[in-house]
Amino acid sequence: MTATGPATVPVTAALALGDDALVLSHRLGEWAGHAPALEEEVALANIALDLLGQARVLLSLAGDEDELAFLREERAFRNLQLVEQPNGDFAHTIARQLYFSVYQQLLHTELAAGDGPFAPLAAKAVKEVAYHRDHAEQWTLRLGDGTETSRERMQQACDALWRFTGEMFQPVEGLDADWPSLEARWLEYIGDVLGRATLTVPEGPRTGAWSAGAGREGVHTESFGRMLAEMQHLHRSHPGAAW
Amino acid sequence: MSTTDWPLWEVFVRSRRGLSHTHAGSLHAPDAELALRNARDLYTRRGEGVSIWVVPATAITASSPDEKDPFFEPAADKPYRHPTFYEIPEGVKHL
Amino acid sequence: MATAAAQRTARTEADGAPDTVDTTAYQHAFDAAVAADERIEPRDWMPDAYRATLVRQIAQHAHSEIIGMQPEANWITRAPSLRRKAILMAKVQDEAGHGLYLYSAAETLGTSRDELLDKLHSGRQKYSSIFNYPTLTWADVGAIGWLVDGAAITNQVPLCRCSYGPYARAMVRICKEESFHQRQGYELLLALSKGTPAQHAMAQDAVDRWWWPSLMMFGPPDDESQHSAQSMEWKIKRHSNDELRQRFVDICVPQAESLGLTLPDPDLRWNEERGHYDFGPIDWSEFREVLKGNGPCNEQRITQRRRAHDEGAWVREAAAAYAAKHTGSAGETGATRA
Repeated sequence: MTATGPATVPVTAALALGDDALVLSHRLGEWAGHAPALEEEVALANIALDLLGQARVLLSLAGDEDELAFLREERAFRNLQLVEQPNGDFAHTIARQLYFSVYQQLLHTELAAGDGPFAPLAAKAVKEVAYHRDHAEQWTLRLGDGTETSRERMQQACDALWRFTGEMFQPVEGLDADWPSLEARWLEYIGDVLGRATLTVPEGPRTGAWSAGAGREGVHTESFGRMLAEMQHLHRSHPGAAW
Repeated sequence: MSTTDWPLWEVFVRSRRGLSHTHAGSLHAPDAELALRNARDLYTRRGEGVSIWVVPATAITASSPDEKDPFFEPAADKPYRHPTFYEIPEGVKHL
Repeated sequence: MATAAAQRTARTEADGAPDTVDTTAYQHAFDAAVAADERIEPRDWMPDAYRATLVRQIAQHAHSEIIGMQPEANWITRAPSLRRKAILMAKVQDEAGHGLYLYSAAETLGTSRDELLDKLHSGRQKYSSIFNYPTLTWADVGAIGWLVDGAAITNQVPLCRCSYGPYARAMVRICKEESFHQRQGYELLLALSKGTPAQHAMAQDAVDRWWWPSLMMFGPPDDESQHSAQSMEWKIKRHSNDELRQRFVDICVPQAESLGLTLPDPDLRWNEERGHYDFGPIDWSEFREVLKGNGPCNEQRITQRRRAHDEGAWVREAAAAYAAKHTGSAGETGATRA
């Protein structure tokens, strides 16, 4: 696919980054009213709102934000499988946040330093995601090095989501990044945080065994269809309506 | 109290550079790092601040309302501390 | 700061003061401060009943904010546009924040947030009955913003001048932040009302369902209101229930016209003589039933709140345990002076 969007923005890349942010924002939005403390309600909502803001900018580069969010079929979404994973308990949400925000911070720092079409957006996003990364890191430390129960839960969460992390470093067309180097730095950083949290770096494979591919190719996990059904239902029930 | 009780912190926010921190409110957090982050999320989410202090509520020593008179009234009868106390001839500038 | 009462006791003991203090002078000072429209602050002496009334009212207000997140959060995952989704998330987030400000205000009176939450979870303290109604369609998000937040603002603006300082200050902050809540609801309904016939019908249906419960938010009529007279005297409350209800009706009628929607009250008409809109009788039996726990969502709301609290217990414990282990490092972050 070549660049077809306005001002030669690589559409594939805009969708990949935009869908990551959109889907994770949606998942975090599901926490509203369920967070472990009121202070955490506010924190999770802040992160969700940052991500939704990023998603809107990115999707608008690729087309109409609402058409893209609400009228695409599941197979047309390019987000990582990691971000669509259900919230699970707070440990799962934090592990997902940690894996993704470290990736996002490394990637956006690199994009912001370049002169590609995503540089301005990345420069703004990198400040937001630095905070998301910090939030996830702080909680990883507390859950890992908290009580026996919390360490067990956090370790389980890190293990369970590990197999979705390899996909992050699959090159995305239109994104000028040094993927092997990103991956190495990501592994190093995650290893350091987990170590400080008295957790073990998971050992299993970091990608699925299925040759059909994963999120970047439009192949998703079962829960994603359900998530989209909920997200798109109202919009699709009133074709052409304005909101 | 159960172990899940997080202590109370008082939050002070500098709204912009050049101004001092003022009391914004309070919140609960298990420790200082999270208190600072919670304060950022709660009290500056509309761009209200450029710097934050958090202080354990228990670390504050307050003057007592009962001692209001001995504390604050003696200051009220020292008008010579204020510039308006002094008479300056008309037309004298830069004073 | 949260334990003003405890501090006072401690101080009395330390000073070797007698156990029974003659409170007459204190009472006079308190009455004079209230009469002069001065604010009462946490460490001031105050009558026990004043303290109890404030704790009850502020706690109920705080509980309403956090229970009130539920009916709206119900639509976050289904918001029909990304713009609306962002607005709704920010609004529900504000409600969590407002709950927090209010719990903090209540804590200055010597009751911890945990105690208050416990009272909410065990049904010993109430929240506004309005949140025991369901949000059945997207238009309900608009109706809540316009009518429920509208009624809340009518109630809250006078509270910014409440005699208790921390409550008044919390309300100033809340009112300022909430100014967008009502507008977004109105704008949402307007878009629906001017939209497709199905959207218009959705909006009208929501307004039909939310109108009467919104009027009930002002509480029972003045002659049946239990706490009103004393609260007015203490300047916790500044206007009577019926006064505020009338003010709200007068504001809403022209707003409904601009929306192109009707209010479900055949008796609603302008009364030239009174200079107000007359409106039909409120079904107080419904109000009492919902208050008793028989509303459509009472059980659901409190169950969800309890579940969130219980499911979060291990997280709060973990953070407390971590803090206990790392007290030294936590203390070092006095490096926050910047």
